[in-house]
Amino acid sequence: MNELQELYQQVIIDHGTKPRNSGEMLDCSHKADGFNPLCGDELSLYLKVDANDVITAVKFTGEGCAISTASASLMSQFLKDKTVTQAKEAMSEFTDMVTKSPDANHENLGKLIILAGVNKYPSRVKCASLAWHTLLAALEGNAAATTE
Amino acid sequence: MIFDVQAVRADFPILDQQINGNPLVYLDNAATTQKPNCVIDTITHYYQKINANIHRGVHALSEAATADYEQARKTCQTFINAAQVEEIIFCRGTTEAINLVAQSFGRQFIKAGEEIVISALEHHSNIVPWQILCEQTGAILKVAPINQQGEIMLDEFAALLSAKTKLVAVNHISNALGTVNPVAQMTKMAHAVGAKILIDGAQALAMTLVDVQAMDCDFYTCSGHKLFGPTGVGFLYGKAELLNAMSPYQSGGDMIRQVSFEKTTYAPIPNKFEAGTPNIVGAIGLGTAIDYINRLGIPAIQAYEQQLLAYATEQAEQMPGMRLIGTAANKASILSFVIQGIHPHDLGTILDSQGIAVRTGHHCAMPVMKFFKVPATVRASFSIYNTVEEVDALMAGIRKVQEMFNNE
Repeated sequence: MNELQELYQQVIIDHGTKPRNSGEMLDCSHKADGFNPLCGDELSLYLKVDANDVITAVKFTGEGCAISTASASLMSQFLKDKTVTQAKEAMSEFTDMVTKSPDANHENLGKLIILAGVNKYPSRVKCASLAWHTLLAALEGNAAATTE
Repeated sequence: MIFDVQAVRADFPILDQQINGNPLVYLDNAATTQKPNCVIDTITHYYQKINANIHRGVHALSEAATADYEQARKTCQTFINAAQVEEIIFCRGTTEAINLVAQSFGRQFIKAGEEIVISALEHHSNIVPWQILCEQTGAILKVAPINQQGEIMLDEFAALLSAKTKLVAVNHISNALGTVNPVAQMTKMAHAVGAKILIDGAQALAMTLVDVQAMDCDFYTCSGHKLFGPTGVGFLYGKAELLNAMSPYQSGGDMIRQVSFEKTTYAPIPNKFEAGTPNIVGAIGLGTAIDYINRLGIPAIQAYEQQLLAYATEQAEQMPGMRLIGTAANKASILSFVIQGIHPHDLGTILDSQGIAVRTGHHCAMPVMKFFKVPATVRASFSIYNTVEEVDALMAGIRKVQEMFNNE
């Protein structure tokens, strides 16, 4: 598989063109808007976090490329039933994977490892990271996140 | 004269290489153009044989460097038919030229409540300097709208002009869409209400005959790297009477007549606006680039690029799912577009894997993207060394991306 095919695997094109958990959430407990100034990608992320700090629901809306949309879609599936602490740990590991160590063992990230190929495309790392930056902003109570 | 594109290609060594295993197809000329051997040789020769500071030394190298630098200024003067050589101010490029006019002319002559008119088609570099000036002075920024073809609506532009208008600032050719604006007519309209006009010529000078005296514009700006010259150099043209009345923009060496702690007097133009050691080799390289353009001839360049544009537009119109953004009647060789269901960035990355370089994004023109309700576009911009075969490669590349995205 060459680098391009690794980046645009069918799962990514599938999630990128038909995102899961897409839509607004009116009764969310956390919300943040993410923005990638370089490409103009926008993302609004909605979370429902219960009294035990467990993420029970995730939705998002926005406009972005296949990489950014697939990353948000896969993240939304991954986060369901994870604790806030687990979500933050996953964010550091995901960041590590797409920036530094794509080939290390990232089994904790489950299906998200198919985004490791973005590492070969420095200009696209921000696309894959936008959802996670927005997640962190939402969990920390910030209204907005940017990839810059 | 027949335009020999293969001979032109041979002048640009960078084109002869493979990118990701495919021949380079460079279609990002609106961002920056490639450099011909003559410009590269000028730069090498300067550093190997001439390098010295200008306007200072009495030694041979300094005199040679000064002579070459001032010759480049004359080349720029002739290129746009400025009345006097002193009306050419070397600077870093269009961005710095516009900032110079905003901070010198603007702060001095535009007062609170007076108006600056731009268009909805501007590059951020012809928006933000005026916003900053308005914050500093209390002046008001007005924006002339565009129509669905991406053309400035002249009746709306006329309606914004009044005795309160002090300055109009518009681009000659839109970098995002390729629209050629009727700048001579807009200059007349601005002057009719007593306003001055600045034309951002960044995209125009590589393919358009510009005569600033015939056009009668007050300021015209140039970025050298968009016309086969080095990066980091360009010029501001200004009418001498305006430049003479304007205060310095930056200060330091080379721009003074006499300095004492009590009072400093300034050098006459152009030196008044060229503080510090300038980009000497850049200016000389720009002169060489202009000589190169003159050898090919702007009319021949324009005719060739219009052929490429016509062919590319025809191909684009037959491509399913392709929407052209910017369909002005008078257009430069820029094709801005979106493909249904595929984000421009994905298209850009996959085209790059085939050796095809295009620009994707908002092209430093976010308001233009907002107007057309797209987050970004793909922009293929053609120059003198591009071929019909490269247009075909682009279209084949787009079809390949469509297959990837539709084959699930």
